[in-house]
Amino acid sequence: MNTLIDIVVFTMLVTTALAVVRTHSLFATVMLSGVFSLLSALLFVTLDAVDVAFTEAAVGAGISTVLMLGTLALTARSEKPSSHSPLIPLLVVLVTGAVLVYGTLDMPAFGDALAPAMTHVAPDYIARSPAEIDVPNIVTAILASYRGFDTLGETAVVFTAGMSVLLLISGRRITRAEAEKGATGNAKGTDDAIGDGSDET
Amino acid sequence: MQHHIVLRVVTKLLCGLIVLFAFYVQFHGDYSPGGGFQAGVIMAVAFIAYAVVFNLEMAQKVMPARVAHKLAALGVLIYGGTGVVSMLFGYTFLDYGAFQPGHPSHGQHWGILAVELGVGVTVTGVMLTIFYAFTSRVPSISDEEW
Repeated sequence: MNTLIDIVVFTMLVTTALAVVRTHSLFATVMLSGVFSLLSALLFVTLDAVDVAFTEAAVGAGISTVLMLGTLALTARSEKPSSHSPLIPLLVVLVTGAVLVYGTLDMPAFGDALAPAMTHVAPDYIARSPAEIDVPNIVTAILASYRGFDTLGETAVVFTAGMSVLLLISGRRITRAEAEKGATGNAKGTDDAIGDGSDET
Repeated sequence: MQHHIVLRVVTKLLCGLIVLFAFYVQFHGDYSPGGGFQAGVIMAVAFIAYAVVFNLEMAQKVMPARVAHKLAALGVLIYGGTGVVSMLFGYTFLDYGAFQPGHPSHGQHWGILAVELGVGVTVTGVMLTIFYAFTSRVPSISDEEW
């Protein structure tokens, strides 16, 4: 049954990815990437990684789609037709893909319970956390307690990212008309000041 | 989106439930999937949905941008402050045993609750900050374009 679900979800993932490549409407691309995230979340659920699935569904399918739509509203709605030949990009993608596939040959099988990640520190956490932390969700125990420093760092990263966006694109945009009005207003102000000064002397 | 009456009514009904679900995910993270990060995102989504269906000004009346900016900083402060408080009790930084010395695992519960709250507050603030930063630059999307 699990194999069947994996096959179906992976087929849908690949179909979505191909649709993203084929479409020229950026609106459709954004929506399809949301679908892609949701399908990845399904995969994480079948791997019993519900916390990751939760995050993927909330962030990947929810917030990023909204933010991408916000970006679309600032830019164009459809892709510009490419002016150069697709040969070199295709070559780069094929080579990178081949290297990545070669890299996966050394990796443990999909969902392998004997993978190094499963046998390194995970058994230790599972054995210790009922006595030391005593919360049923071990993921929370690891994230907030055993790996508290990492999570502090992540929170700081999220904070920094928000502040960077704020610095880059926030604030009211001053239109050209307003800027000119402001400039002439200032010029007038300084003229008056000079005039006042000369009157007194 | 003035004439989408179904969307408007459903959004009004859902916003409260979304906030409630965010609090559930936040404070139930010890027992069920989720935690501060997911709760923060869900909390921000309630305001974002409101802003998308109604308009930005109405959402900013409930959650002004300056409040969102301060929330982002407050969360990191709560997280870091938890570590400093544990140091004041004579333990190492972020050692939650400090909060109930006689019963270390209860101390862990308090500590996890505090830091998850910090994460949740920061993520809510940052997500809203980013959303406001993007959407306050352009007039809201007209109905024909959806």
